[in-house]
Amino acid sequence: MHLCAELKLVSDTYDLAPDAGERPAVLDLPLDAWHRARGGRMVEFAGYHMPVQYEGIIAEHLWTRSQAGLFDVSHMGQLVLRGANVAAALETLLPGAFQTLAAGKLRYSLLLADDGGILDDLIVTNRGDAFYVVVNGATKHADIAHITARLRAGVTLEHLTSHALLALQGPAAAQALASLDLVAWQDGGPALVDLRFMEAGAFRWGDVRLDISRSGYTGEDGFEISVPADAAEPLADALIALPSVKPIGLGARDSLRLEAGLPLYGHDLSPDIDPVEADLGFAIPARRRAEGGFPGAGQIAAAFAQGPARRRVGLLIEGRMAAREGAEIVHEGRSVGTVTSGGFAPTLERPIAMGFVETALAQPGAPLSILVRGKTLAATVTSLPFTPHRYVRKGAA
Amino acid sequence: MTRYFTTDHEWLVVEGQTATVGITDYAQSQLGDITFVELPAVGATLSKGDSASVVDSVKAASDVYAPVSGSVTEVNPALEDTPELVNSAPEGEGWLWRMTLADAGELDGLMDADAYAAHVGGL
Repeated sequence: MHLCAELKLVSDTYDLAPDAGERPAVLDLPLDAWHRARGGRMVEFAGYHMPVQYEGIIAEHLWTRSQAGLFDVSHMGQLVLRGANVAAALETLLPGAFQTLAAGKLRYSLLLADDGGILDDLIVTNRGDAFYVVVNGATKHADIAHITARLRAGVTLEHLTSHALLALQGPAAAQALASLDLVAWQDGGPALVDLRFMEAGAFRWGDVRLDISRSGYTGEDGFEISVPADAAEPLADALIALPSVKPIGLGARDSLRLEAGLPLYGHDLSPDIDPVEADLGFAIPARRRAEGGFPGAGQIAAAFAQGPARRRVGLLIEGRMAAREGAEIVHEGRSVGTVTSGGFAPTLERPIAMGFVETALAQPGAPLSILVRGKTLAATVTSLPFTPHRYVRKGAA
Repeated sequence: MTRYFTTDHEWLVVEGQTATVGITDYAQSQLGDITFVELPAVGATLSKGDSASVVDSVKAASDVYAPVSGSVTEVNPALEDTPELVNSAPEGEGWLWRMTLADAGELDGLMDADAYAAHVGGL
C-alpha cells in the first residue's frame, strides 16, 4: 500500500519562494519540541512541522467534544493594523463593517480579489488601540503582500512572528482556563468569565500578557490565546496539567471543523468561489452591500441580486466509505457538483462531506450521488452544521 | 508458518495453496484510525501489484496492492462492521482477504520479518 504521511488538508496554496520556485525549508514553530516530547506525529503543513495526531484522531476528536483540547495553531498569521482611520482602511480591503465593530469584539471576514473571489478567510478583532487579524497559515504571506500593497498612508501592518497562537476548545475549556486565575491586563478590562463568543480581552498570567478571545473553529465553546513565543511552552504545560485538557493534532482539528460545517480555505473556499455561493453572505452586512467600496463589490452585488448558480452544502453519506475532496456529485446521471472536503465524522460515526452543488439541488433532503473509485455512494443534502454549535453567546443563560 | 512482507507494507501467510493477506502493524500505525475497508470481490483475479483493496482512515484512503498473483477465495467478513480490527490486530484478526497462489515463485521476491523490520527502520 502507499502510505501518504501528509494530511490531505494540506493546502495547495503553498507559498513558493520567489526565486526559481524552489520549495522553501520547512520551519519549526515555538512548540515543536513540546509536541515531539508528547508523542505528536509531525507532518508538514503550511510550511511548518505540525502535529497531525497524538493518540489518534478519533480519540482526540471525541475528547475535544466532551472535555477540552489544546491546539497549536501558531502557523496562522497574526497581524496587527494600526494608524489613523484604520477601521475605514480595513473596509477598503474587507467586506465587513469594522467602523461599527466595538472594542473587544471579533468579526469573521473575507479577503477578496477584485473579481470577488475569496483570497482568504480571517477573523478581525478590535483591540481598541489597533485591529488584530488572524489569517490562514498557507496564505499568510500572500495576504500580507496583498494588504500591504493596498494600505492607505498612515496605516501600518505588523506581522506578529513573536507570538504563538493556541486554541483551547471544548465544553471544559472555560473552567480549565479559569483555573489559571487570569486578571485583566489593564484596569477596566473585561474579566475572563465575562467574555462571550466573539469577544476578546488582554489578560495577565504572571508577568505575561495573553490576548484571549472566546472563539475557535471546532463548533465548541473555547478560546484562542495569543502568547509570546517564549511563554508558549509554560502555558501549554499549565493547561495540559489539568485533567480535562489534552493536546490535539491537526487531524482532529479538521474533522471537528468539518462536523461544525465550517469551511476550510484552500478546499471549501478559493479564488474561484465567491462569498454568496459559499453561503458566507452573513460576512457582508447590508450597509456594505449597499455602499460597496471593497474589492469585488460589483460582482458580489450582482451575485446577491441574481442568486448563485451553485451553493455550499453539507452531505450525509450512506454506508461507511468516505467521499473526499474532488469527488464528483451527480443527480439523475448528470454532474451537478463537487465535494470540497469530506471524511469520517467521529461524533456522528458516519462519513460526511461538504461540497458545491447546483442551487436547485442545494436543499436539505435532496438525494444525490457521489462517485468514489467507481462506486456510487448515496448522499443527502443536509443543513449545516452537522453537529450543533455550542458557543456561549451573549444573552444566553 | 512463514510470514512474507512487501516493501509496500502488505503481509501474507501461505497455508497449502492459499495465501492470507493483510497490512502490517507499521502500516496501520501510520494510517491511524481505520474507518472502512473496501475488499476485493470473491473470485476476482489479481495480478501481483494490482490495487486490490482500499483502507479508509480518518485522514485518507490508501490502496492495498496484491502481493502475489491469484484469485480471491474469501474476504474477512468481520471488517464490514469492525474495520478497526485492522488497527487492533493487523497481522491477525484484521486480515483482509485470502487468495490462491498462482505462482509460488513470486514468494521469492518478498521479504521475511527481519528484512521487513530493516526496511521499516530505514524509513
